[in-house]
Amino acid sequence: MPTITRWFIKAALVSLVLGLAAGIWQQVASTAGMFPVYLHLLTFGWLTQLIFGVAIWMFPMYSKEHPRGPEWLGWSVFATLNLGLLLRVIFEPLQSLSPTTFGAWALVTAAILQWYSGMGFAAAVWKRIRGK
Amino acid sequence: MPRLSYLFIRASLVYLVLGFTFGSLILANKGVPFAPFIWTLLPIHIEFLILGWLTQLALGVAFWILPRLTSSAPRGEERWSWAAFALVNLGIALNIAAPYTGIIWLGLLARIVQAVGVAAFAIGNWQRIYPLKFSFQAR
Repeated sequence: MPTITRWFIKAALVSLVLGLAAGIWQQVASTAGMFPVYLHLLTFGWLTQLIFGVAIWMFPMYSKEHPRGPEWLGWSVFATLNLGLLLRVIFEPLQSLSPTTFGAWALVTAAILQWYSGMGFAAAVWKRIRGK
Repeated sequence: MPRLSYLFIRASLVYLVLGFTFGSLILANKGVPFAPFIWTLLPIHIEFLILGWLTQLALGVAFWILPRLTSSAPRGEERWSWAAFALVNLGIALNIAAPYTGIIWLGLLARIVQAVGVAAFAIGNWQRIYPLKFSFQAR
């Protein structure tokens, strides 16, 4: 299993644990802004990140020289996905409790980072999807 | 990769791009509000990512890697799976269009079309889910 896939899968598992912990938090002390965090930790941090990692590993080769395409692209997807998710996890509940200008722009930054991760992944695997 | 898997997976990537774009607009708008109508994209964001991205990717990969049946028809009666591709995508399109058409029953029809599509996939690939026909010799 390539190094980048191991990072994706381990980060996905961390997101799964955090997502379930957020679910527990919601039951104990319902906090505004926690529900979208809970949903996105599970659907984005866990499911989508797991898929990204396994797809980069298992999809048909990009080329013999670069079987998984440009490595920097995969790593940039990993970095932006997790940094964007982290910003969201911190600032989405905080903004609901006591909004600040800094928190508002942190959410905009999180949105841009997460958007990039999706575009980057699609670009990284697009040519690897080949039909007979 | 079979042609149908190629179509399923490429379509799922298109939905990924669209779903992420709408989701990012919604999150950015939550931070710094710039357009109130952005909130109306929420159902489309969910539809594109749950059905368009996750479900279609799963169906495309399943059609590709599930065990094969015979050399003449390795993926069984493929028409079921082709119907699934058409119906799932038609269902997504109908569901997105429903609120803008004013046709009350269109949302219901969209969900029925999607459910029939996924059921068609299950029927077409049901027999491909079987146990190993040989055993490994433990050393």
